[in-house]
Amino acid sequence: MINEDAKIHPDWLNRDELESKSTRDGYGRGVVEAGEQDERVVVLCADLAESTRSHWFKEAFPDRYIEMGVAEQNLATVASGLANYGKIPFITSYAAFSPGRNNEQIRTTISLNNVPVKICGMHAGVSVGPDGATHQQLEDIALMQAQPNMSVVVPCDVEEARKATLASAFNGKPMYLRFGRGNTPIFTTAESPFEIGKAQYIWRGGSPEAAVIACGGLVYNALIAAKELADEGISVTVLNNHTVKPMDRSAIVEAAQEAGAVVTVEEHQITSGMGSAVANILVQEYPVPMEYIGVHDTFGQSGDPDELIEHYGMGVSHIKEAVRKVISRKK
Amino acid sequence: MNHLHDGKIKELEEQANAIRQTIIEMLIEAGSGHTAGPLGMADIFTAFYFHILNHNPKDPFFEDRDRLILSNGHIVPVRYATMAHAGYFSIDEAKTLRKFGSRMQGHPERERLPEMESTSGPLGSGLSQAAGIAYGARMDGRKFYVYCLMSDAEHQAGNLWEGAMFAGANKLSNLIGVIDRNNIQINGMTEEVMPLEPLRDKYEAFGWHVIDVDGHNIEAFVDSIEEAKAIFEVPTVIIAHTIPGKGIEGIEFDYKWHGKPPKGEEGERFLRELRTLGGKIKSEHE
Repeated sequence: MINEDAKIHPDWLNRDELESKSTRDGYGRGVVEAGEQDERVVVLCADLAESTRSHWFKEAFPDRYIEMGVAEQNLATVASGLANYGKIPFITSYAAFSPGRNNEQIRTTISLNNVPVKICGMHAGVSVGPDGATHQQLEDIALMQAQPNMSVVVPCDVEEARKATLASAFNGKPMYLRFGRGNTPIFTTAESPFEIGKAQYIWRGGSPEAAVIACGGLVYNALIAAKELADEGISVTVLNNHTVKPMDRSAIVEAAQEAGAVVTVEEHQITSGMGSAVANILVQEYPVPMEYIGVHDTFGQSGDPDELIEHYGMGVSHIKEAVRKVISRKK
Repeated sequence: MNHLHDGKIKELEEQANAIRQTIIEMLIEAGSGHTAGPLGMADIFTAFYFHILNHNPKDPFFEDRDRLILSNGHIVPVRYATMAHAGYFSIDEAKTLRKFGSRMQGHPERERLPEMESTSGPLGSGLSQAAGIAYGARMDGRKFYVYCLMSDAEHQAGNLWEGAMFAGANKLSNLIGVIDRNNIQINGMTEEVMPLEPLRDKYEAFGWHVIDVDGHNIEAFVDSIEEAKAIFEVPTVIIAHTIPGKGIEGIEFDYKWHGKPPKGEEGERFLRELRTLGGKIKSEHE
């Protein structure tokens, strides 16, 4: 059943009633709030103001919006200088380009330099849709979680994206925040707790047989899968694991201990994403059978977001199938 | 800061010579590292730390200090040597260059030595960082200058020109670039590896004021900085023509000395040459 502490939207199960928005909107709102709270906040954008939603900040604080043009290496390095001086820069582009194109600049001038630049990667995952493989960033979590000093957050809906953006502004650290383009159900609320580094149960069945650990827009699919599995007599837990790094180690271990099997769910390459980081923890602390939902070492292609999610095996039915499989492996 | 009188010029030249000796001693101790670039930039670093910069070794992080961003991190021995002579740390510590546990990392690291202002090594990224500092400082009405020291060959990197375009577009006149135009890089002469010329025209096309200067004439270099500060409309870049390996006959202009240190007796010979100014001084050093 729904974990009451998560303060999930009462209409969460009614997809027709539930409003949908892109998590990038949450960034757009959150960064304006951050800008209102602290004048050190500046936004840099590489010629994608509207599609990154940075234009809302530009309208609110034109003097603190910095246009970079199509130059993502410069986006990262100018931001490094601004942060070094004392500003709190949010840098925005598509995740395919930032941190896709400017990875070394981020490594040397942000992570190693240890300055608080907030890297906001938009349009991540196959759910960008029609733009096709070049724009469907599926390796960004891998790039960013591998760098020392860097934190990585993947919000599950627009509301959590707003909170994550606001929280990241004031922690004084290099951050990577991952956002999607497609509209996804807004199933958390203003009251839902959010803390960087703290995973949140949103569904807890009694005597669970598997723990579903998810991040990003697919957390909603995991929740629906949990409900349908419960109706079929299979009890699971669903953990919203929004902070890929530093990961909530104790929550991951406890979920594995309680259920004895784990399924991870993310819109990213399974070779090097959130699920890999979960496995990294569990293999050291509490090994259990695991299954991965995500992209299996392939590039995407053009299509509608929903059909791509289905095609690449990240739909509700795939999550349920993975749960059944992982439970069968326990025996 | 103002024009230099003759006595001060002589003092700075002697200081630069002492710094060159420290560089050679550091490289001998380290057993690896870059020789040509650091020797070639010793006069300019001397000018910065002993005349140009608003800085204080005893209070290194005061808010309105000038920022010196070293983009081509591989010549950092000259910066360590100069800062040691300026009083930031001991010359003995400078000689721990490239050793385990040392703050004197092979390429400069801000986390280990914040006085470096920034971490660098991978080429082409310093100008953008300097531009970011200059942009932020201008937003807040701060009056300090941001200097960015670059190699010539790193102008083959795209990131650098993105930074040049940004600084030009935003008319960052509080940013002053200095290019070590020594014409060498690892694979040979810059104009043979990947031509940079016409470098002046390129910067001018990007909206910069450009000054050419002899990078070993401290008086002329100081004057070029004064000229740059008098330009209030656009950023300025100073193309400092230098001799790689300057001060040691036989390695000057030789690109093979880009990335190796002197070994054994060779190092002693280099030091002897510096101490006697190429044999011009007959003394107990002979």
